[in-house]
Amino acid sequence: MRNLFNYISRKSPIHDLTGATKLVCLLLWSFASMMTYDTRILIVMPFLAFGLFALSKIKLRDVSFMLGFTLVFMVLNNILVFLFSPEHGVELYGTSHVIAQLWGNHVLTLEQLWYHLNLVLKYLSSIPIVLLFVCTTQPSEFAASLNRIGVPYAISYAVALALRYIPDIQKEYNDISKAQQARGVEMSKKVSLLKRLKAASTILIPLIMLSMDQIETVSNAMQLRGFGKNKKRTWYMARPFTRWDVLSMIFCAGLLGLAIWSNLSRGTRFWSPWM
Amino acid sequence: MNKAVKLIVAIGIGAALFFVCGRFIAIPSPIPNVTINIQYGVLAFFAAAFGPLAGCLIGLIGHALIDFSYGWGIWWSWVIASAAFGFVLGLFKGLFNPNDGGFGGSKIVRFNVTQLIAHLIAWGIVAPALDIVIYAEPANKVFLQGLVAGASNIVTTAIIGTILLVAYAAARPKKDSLRQE
Repeated sequence: MRNLFNYISRKSPIHDLTGATKLVCLLLWSFASMMTYDTRILIVMPFLAFGLFALSKIKLRDVSFMLGFTLVFMVLNNILVFLFSPEHGVELYGTSHVIAQLWGNHVLTLEQLWYHLNLVLKYLSSIPIVLLFVCTTQPSEFAASLNRIGVPYAISYAVALALRYIPDIQKEYNDISKAQQARGVEMSKKVSLLKRLKAASTILIPLIMLSMDQIETVSNAMQLRGFGKNKKRTWYMARPFTRWDVLSMIFCAGLLGLAIWSNLSRGTRFWSPWM
Repeated sequence: MNKAVKLIVAIGIGAALFFVCGRFIAIPSPIPNVTINIQYGVLAFFAAAFGPLAGCLIGLIGHALIDFSYGWGIWWSWVIASAAFGFVLGLFKGLFNPNDGGFGGSKIVRFNVTQLIAHLIAWGIVAPALDIVIYAEPANKVFLQGLVAGASNIVTTAIIGTILLVAYAAARPKKDSLRQE
């Protein structure tokens, strides 16, 4: 079975951080890049992000598929934003420097290009960090980390169960799908959309029935082992924090603090040289 | 206690199903590069069978895992919209409960009206509003995206969700099917 979440085991300072630290840093970092449109901060973050990426010994080649996918998504989103609202930048920044005339009475402005630059920087500052998290955190440590940062353990356990059963369900789906195809169920482009959806449900019905049985079995097994009896539980994959864990969390918190401070002190999320 | 453990397992396995359907089962649509999301039929099924908490968390966990596995970071506004759909549908579970056995005419209509409203809330209000607040994207773009996604999700939920619920209810013992002699 293909390694789904693409965990790559290497020896590096990033791998040594605990899962909980990486999750906290990921959240702080992505909130920082989500909140601010201050270009002075956004321009630094991609460099930091790619620097950390180099530190993790994960090669670009390892993640080229995911990276390519994301870049296509980024370009498409930019094109859509531009087509739907070519003067969005003027609205946001409140100034207008016309460069060229476009279709209708729309104009191309420096502000619009500036807004797109900010969008691209936002992607570039968060993509490497997400990839880094996905590639350097073991899925089973991920569930333990959720509990560590305050998510109730019942919910963390549900996430752990989901990660555990994804490969099983994938395999069951493939088996059922092959069996139904042998009986002549067609899901390709050759038949109409409605037929394809109906074909999908001939696979989903046995899959759901199987899953309902599985829910029964697993929950019985968990009850027999006393799941949910105590207020807390321990995790096999949990590790104690080290100095580097604390330092990285402080650094990311500082980054988020900077983003919030920049927004609050100027009273706006946006920044442009013309403001 | 029994119910709580079962709910947790249902959330876990439901999220795994949502993930597999959303990530690996691509049904080609007439529009190039657009595939149909059948996972909302599965989510609707679980929300109807297990209630609002399960619906909300399956949408949240399943959708977040899909976003993670693509590597583009979590697009929070849409993840929350998925959770909102599961939650709203689960809230009205009493109207079309499949667990009593029997999922016929009036329950099918009530289920589909509810899922229509739940999808409209999720993709017509929650997703675009959060896109504007969080990502400062242009309003007309996000509303159009939301409506397109919402419309296709309504169709797939109507077909797949209904078929799944009918099949599941048929396999359940009917309420009042036993009489004391």
